[in-house]
Amino acid sequence: MPQDSLMIFCKELSMSADQGKVMALDEAIRAYIRDDCHISIGGFTVSRNPMAAVYEIIRQRIKGLHCYAHSNGTGVDELVGGGCISKLEIAYGGNAKSAPTCIRFKTAIQRGGIQFEDYTNYQMALRFHAGAMGVPFITTKSSFGTDIVNKWGFSKEMREKDPKIPDDKLIVLDNPFGNWGNASKVILVPAINPDVTIIHVQKADKFGTCRIMGLTYADVDQAKAARNVIVTCEELVESKELRAEPEYNQIPFIHVSAVVPIPFGAYPTACYRYYDYDPHYLSQHSVFAKNDKLYREYLDKFIFGVKNHQGLLALVGKVQLEKIKADPRTGYATGLDRK
Amino acid sequence: MNYTLREMMTIMAAREICDGDIVFCGTGISLVAAMAAKYITAPNSIIFFETGAIDSELEEIPMSVADPRVMYSAASNGGLLEAFATMQNRITGDRVIGILGAAQIDKYGNLNSTAIGDYFRPIARFSGSGGACDVASFVPRYLIFMQHEKRKFPKKVDYLTSPGYLDGPGAREKAGLMPGGPTAVITNLGLMRFDDVSKEMYLAHYYPGTTPQKILENMEFEVDISQATEATPPTENELKILREEVDPHKLIL
Repeated sequence: MPQDSLMIFCKELSMSADQGKVMALDEAIRAYIRDDCHISIGGFTVSRNPMAAVYEIIRQRIKGLHCYAHSNGTGVDELVGGGCISKLEIAYGGNAKSAPTCIRFKTAIQRGGIQFEDYTNYQMALRFHAGAMGVPFITTKSSFGTDIVNKWGFSKEMREKDPKIPDDKLIVLDNPFGNWGNASKVILVPAINPDVTIIHVQKADKFGTCRIMGLTYADVDQAKAARNVIVTCEELVESKELRAEPEYNQIPFIHVSAVVPIPFGAYPTACYRYYDYDPHYLSQHSVFAKNDKLYREYLDKFIFGVKNHQGLLALVGKVQLEKIKADPRTGYATGLDRK
Repeated sequence: MNYTLREMMTIMAAREICDGDIVFCGTGISLVAAMAAKYITAPNSIIFFETGAIDSELEEIPMSVADPRVMYSAASNGGLLEAFATMQNRITGDRVIGILGAAQIDKYGNLNSTAIGDYFRPIARFSGSGGACDVASFVPRYLIFMQHEKRKFPKKVDYLTSPGYLDGPGAREKAGLMPGGPTAVITNLGLMRFDDVSKEMYLAHYYPGTTPQKILENMEFEVDISQATEATPPTENELKILREEVDPHKLIL
């Protein structure tokens, strides 16, 4: 870095050093998530979805989102159910035992309520990776001869009109290196660069350096591919704590726009070493989700009826939250009733 | 000895897993089968999940591949890129056996887990590929769990999510896929395999209490039943493993 830029950079750092990027959740969502923007959320099915942020998006009645998902079960299903998503590129709309197919997702597609397009999990992960790398596409050997390649959810016309999505879904190409790598052909998957990615992590400092514990899924590439990143975290910690063991940090602060400390911010999904998913909430949720009226009542009570995530947690109650608290040895709630 | 059909299916699948295999599986019955195999046929097999957890210590049964239970005492907790690279990379990929399920299967083992009816306005929408299409594209062997019903064994799948043998001999290679494909279909009535030459499904075993004819009545397409034999029911030891070691709280079985 040239000396001048370095000086400016250091100055900016010291100016913002008191508060860093810490914001309230409603403020962060209002600042970065606009109607019609392209987003992705972290986590996978019933784990580490940024649920507090998802519920705040619903609460702010944001519409027309274009969402990119691999298997972001709970969060994506609520965003669909809350009427926030109009276009969805997705690999998997399932959510474990309580909803083998996510119910509001299923309902929306069967009624023609959203535009959607199917990919595979590896393809979506690669697409974020390409976006993070800054290349237009990446190659894989997955999905030759299938409808993943042959059937497009978004038409050519729609693609050509929209500068934010590529003109083609997937492209089959003869291997330009001959048979090098034992492949006669490759599939090109186009990069994704969301306007905003929201992830929930165990620990972050006020500048946005993140420590994720357990599986990272595709969170790191989703964050690095995005123009803006909102990090919600269980604990806001001192930078020196994270910097004492930098090898355990996955995302450096340069990628992050806002940091929101929010305990139980992944609830009702799990946050490894902090709390488990709540099987009771999730199974109740699937009962509500199967019925439009009940689902409406659920949204009115748990999302619109409370001011924020703390309000939702208060409705759930301390007793239930205590039940899902992680055991320090295993990182989950051992013996939790999950029937 | 009394046993349930789900126990029979689990054991039939477990017996297909060889010692030293790296087993890609989801949750539910496929995971129980992979866990049982470690006690029966394949003590040195390794279970891994598409989320990136490999060789986890499964003290409790995970309900999702992202469940924190798959993270405990794993050899490593990576991410999706690592998990799928393990299968796409031939060095490790050739050692992987996959276990999948679907809403529909055709005679070449092509799977539909996306939609029934029109893709855009389906009668029934399912979860979609997840990692299934990736697994079916990459690994040399995979097992498929199905319920034996006519509508689930159609002549043509409504949406081809995961590749089997596509439209017959040589089709995978021509399309660009790696060799390999489905090796067994395990249902509530029997076990089917695929002919080495024609790549078409045939009945290999029917369970005690059913007949090849009854199996045919539950499929839209015909399969060869001439080589079918009665399956060996689960042994007392196998059932003990399922009930006492693998799923003592009856979360799955």
